[in-house]
Amino acid sequence: MTATAKFETQEHDVLIIGAGGAGLRAALEALAQGAKVGVVCKSLLGKAHTVMAEGGLAAAMANVDKADNWRTHFRDTMRGGKLLNNWRMAQLHAQEAPDRVRELEQWGALFDRTETGDILQRAFGGHTFKRLCHVGDRTGLEMIRTLQDRGVQMGFDVFMECTITKLLTDGNRVTGAFGYWRESGRFITFKAKSIVIATGGIGKSWRVTSNSWECTGDGMSLAYQAGAELLDMEFVQFHPTGMVWPPGVQGILVTEAVRGEGGILRNKNGERFMEKYDPKRLELSTRDVVARSIYTEVKEGRGSPHGGAFLDISHKPAEYVKRKLPSMYHQFKELADVDITKGPMEVGPTCHYVMGGIRVDAETGQSSVPGLFAAGEAAGGLHGANRLGGNSLSDLLVFGRRAGLGAAAYAKKVEAPSLDAAQIEEAERQVLAPFDRSEGENPYAIHHDLQDVMQNLVGIFRTDADLRQALVKLDELKERAKKMRVEGSRLFNPGWHLSRDIENMLTVSEACTHAALARTESRGAHSRLDYPKTEDAWGKKNLVIVKKNGALTLFEVPQVAMPAELAQILTEDQ
Amino acid sequence: MADATLRVFRGDGESGKPVDYKVSVTEGMVVLDAIHSIQAHQAPDLAVRWNCKAAKCGSCSAEVNGKPRLMCKTRMDSLPTDQPVTVYPMKAFPVIKDLVTDVSWNYKVNKKIPPFQPRPGVQWKMFQPDVDRVQEFRKCIECFLCQDVCHVLRDHDKKEQFGGPRFFVRTAGLEMHPLDGLDRIPMLKQELGIGLCNITKCCTEVCPEEIHITDNAIIPLKERVVDQFYDPVTMIVRKIFGANNT
Repeated sequence: MTATAKFETQEHDVLIIGAGGAGLRAALEALAQGAKVGVVCKSLLGKAHTVMAEGGLAAAMANVDKADNWRTHFRDTMRGGKLLNNWRMAQLHAQEAPDRVRELEQWGALFDRTETGDILQRAFGGHTFKRLCHVGDRTGLEMIRTLQDRGVQMGFDVFMECTITKLLTDGNRVTGAFGYWRESGRFITFKAKSIVIATGGIGKSWRVTSNSWECTGDGMSLAYQAGAELLDMEFVQFHPTGMVWPPGVQGILVTEAVRGEGGILRNKNGERFMEKYDPKRLELSTRDVVARSIYTEVKEGRGSPHGGAFLDISHKPAEYVKRKLPSMYHQFKELADVDITKGPMEVGPTCHYVMGGIRVDAETGQSSVPGLFAAGEAAGGLHGANRLGGNSLSDLLVFGRRAGLGAAAYAKKVEAPSLDAAQIEEAERQVLAPFDRSEGENPYAIHHDLQDVMQNLVGIFRTDADLRQALVKLDELKERAKKMRVEGSRLFNPGWHLSRDIENMLTVSEACTHAALARTESRGAHSRLDYPKTEDAWGKKNLVIVKKNGALTLFEVPQVAMPAELAQILTEDQ
Repeated sequence: MADATLRVFRGDGESGKPVDYKVSVTEGMVVLDAIHSIQAHQAPDLAVRWNCKAAKCGSCSAEVNGKPRLMCKTRMDSLPTDQPVTVYPMKAFPVIKDLVTDVSWNYKVNKKIPPFQPRPGVQWKMFQPDVDRVQEFRKCIECFLCQDVCHVLRDHDKKEQFGGPRFFVRTAGLEMHPLDGLDRIPMLKQELGIGLCNITKCCTEVCPEEIHITDNAIIPLKERVVDQFYDPVTMIVRKIFGANNT
């Protein structure tokens, strides 16, 4: 009997890991190409972090502001990303987003409407025009439900509450994946000609975050362990407005749509402080700027009672607020006893998004490992040093589709792989190790301490000393993680799951910290107190991290020169 | 602040019993926070589903003091703490472990519903007043609390014959979509068994998204079923001229 026959084995042309917007869009495209598609997700289908996306989906449809077009969207995205973006991705994104939105509508999504019956678009930070297609403040839910229902009808195999712990390779290309069913704890292997990583972000390594339990950097860590390159990992976005009070809700997102709909930020003295930091764009400045501004106000003693700023939309009619921001209204009323139609919310920065991720080819989403693709937040490149609000949902659709196409095309031209029994045995041993120890540390305690390290030392403002200290502490945590112990059985055991998540979080945290230490300048979301200036030389290169001979290795890659016609767009103003 | 005792169901499909845990209650704490605190400090293998912690994903459904609720939206200070707060899994679905239930039946029902299909040659124009009522249905976060509380499922376990409120809401969203061209009324009657619902409105009461499930989805759909299948004039016409002419 071969090792693979020990477990349930599933075989697909294309295996998609993650069932958020990017994973589902990739699955639909691979299905449309005739591939046999499997989708694996840690939670139930339809619960992925995409449901939390609130404000909207950026696409230059020009339904509201007729002057909008892909060139302006491209320019806004590049400027928001401080020109560190992969320009080809930014171009494809701006050009293709409107079609991806229309497609969603044709699959049954119901966006808010203009007076003339078109999709309504709202203003958002860093976007020159009103550009965000939206459904109140629950755009992500609309998107995921639309994709999910279409996928179910088209017929993909969904493996819900199934966690992948290792990618399998033949030393060159990917051959499959190893994981377990959370419900039973039983192992499962997947044989696949190509794999799309669409596992989302990494926010759970920070204490104050808008991210759900799932955002533990699994896909980046899996890809890194399989030999793929990670790009721009120093760029972690702190969303300016998370809830700050009461403690249990700290970090939960307060949509940028509040500011898009006219919300005003004030400090405890009632000053509209954005006049000082970005007098032109005010509250609708880019997220990096607004987050730093709030942080600075608080640090200099002008914060709200619970260490944030006041965000006020109560000058708008109550009915309008309830219609355009229904979930914000309920969230504050029920969780914080605040009626946002009558008074201000208290908000502060919360770890929200990582611009960096798996380094991919712009056209196909393929990583440096043949057959391994990535899309969405798990992939890097599109957003550069800072992401504009609304560009994530459009990213999921544009590059989810492209990765699905790429993965299906790759699957067509390769032979079915065979799995390596030794790798599977190794994967099995790794996953079970925490059960074998008669004593050891609780994974929850390690997670708690990891969040302290990242929150305090790799936060909004960084210094050489803090980052070096973070690396020392991450090493200590890695040692402690080797001695983790899990209690209970293999049946739906969250402690056991966390022991795997911790390995992934440590990997991506280390990558972030190394990259943050190496980039000795401030740019976008990466702010160094010891290197406050944005340096031209740093604007011409990205940082890449790869595992070499078992060790994390960091190198610089020069930016590819932009074609003249794109460079021209950047010099134009509106 | 004060301590509270949570009486949490621990067990699996075969057997189980409530176990008491003491938790110190902080300001604004919700039941899900208390469960997380138990996981971190007392019972790391306590199984619970959750994702967003902001009432947007519908994962953390359970029965708190006997009421179907989202744990992330149920404030500890809204519950009496002089007696244990009971936290049980949803009763209408088989227990997998602790607070996690097997909701896979819902995904099977969902598959029966034909998706949105635009009318041929449709113009992609829609107006807000036409979209409003459908957007109400699309707020559904699939927490399945309406399914849990519905007596047709909860007490009579008619999962073979009945789709449940969640899927009437989904079907209503498709049937009332301004540009949809399919007829799902026979499916509603025959496969989802909408006739079994006797509009007690329990589903509406527990909906965390405040969707008017009974009034806005189920009753209008029932009316459509009646129009298509039980309208006396149509029945006579059908008898005389055959079903094809109706």
